[in-house]
Amino acid sequence: MSDITVSSATITPVVNGEARSIRAGSTMGDLLRTLALDPQLVVVEHNRAILRDRAQYDALRLATGDTIEIVHFVGGG
Amino acid sequence: MTTVLSPAHPDAALDTPFTIAGREFRSRLLVGTGKYASNDAMVRAIDASGAEVVTVAVRRVNLDRTRDEGILYHLDPQRFFLLANTAGCYNADDAVRYARLARAAGFNEWVKLEVIGDAETLLPDTAGLLDATRTLAAEGFKVMAYSNDDLVTALRLEDAGAVAVMPLASPIGSGLGLLNEFSIRTIKHRLSVPVIVDAGVGTASDACLTMEQGVDGILMNTALAAAADPVRMATAMRSAVEAGRLAYLAGRMPRREVAVPSSPTEGLLE
Repeated sequence: MSDITVSSATITPVVNGEARSIRAGSTMGDLLRTLALDPQLVVVEHNRAILRDRAQYDALRLATGDTIEIVHFVGGG
Repeated sequence: MTTVLSPAHPDAALDTPFTIAGREFRSRLLVGTGKYASNDAMVRAIDASGAEVVTVAVRRVNLDRTRDEGILYHLDPQRFFLLANTAGCYNADDAVRYARLARAAGFNEWVKLEVIGDAETLLPDTAGLLDATRTLAAEGFKVMAYSNDDLVTALRLEDAGAVAVMPLASPIGSGLGLLNEFSIRTIKHRLSVPVIVDAGVGTASDACLTMEQGVDGILMNTALAAAADPVRMATAMRSAVEAGRLAYLAGRMPRREVAVPSSPTEGLLE
């Protein structure tokens, strides 16, 4: 959380099960950049809807209470 | 760069093409990527196995230490065919959700479908598996369904649209080897889609015996990852899968309960 700026104008979506404060007006693209995640290497679900088009990340504004899941591939059998 | 023993590879002309849903694959040995002591050990073992298809799991990114844990930092998706699994799912809805997430990663529309029914044995939930297979097949997924070694379940999965059925040799991670040769042979004999035995193989003889039943391939993970020397075991498994395949195609001699001499019985000294 140290790299996330908390100001009076923040929103708190729930990201991977944990409420995170981010700047009001942030988009999904902003969130991924803040988390230092490569959009090509993750898949994002927003309020149970999978975002299949990565180009829409920067247009999608987040809000308090949004549920976001960010997943990727890990080792498995 | 690793130097890998080069096992005797059968001339491609000796085997038949290995095709699932119209796509031809190079190796009948499919491998998982879990439980290795290190990513480096995983990469070296997979290289030695000669596998083209590698399975991966879908999990939340750990937001507090994201770097380095994603499998794509270690495996080149241009070089391997990534087969996402739905491991950890205990109902059809969850499995469908994981499969959709995996497809959205953008590599392919294939999924190794697992719907688990019991945490102790990790045996499949047949009803959930059939439900999820129908749903995903209708959405255009190529479903490879992890199944128990029951013929009727396998037939129903084929009817539901699975492009391959993956019966277990024995429970996941058990290393108990092929417990029911008859079941596996019967499933292979009755299905039209490829049969890939998934789970339970422990060592090379298990893999060879499994391929001798005539199945199309084997998927394994723990047998390599939990071997004391995964690269050596991967090399052994590669040879064993090829050996078992060729022995099956060659057609074994009949079993007899009495000895039959190999040397002439004529011309013996008085």
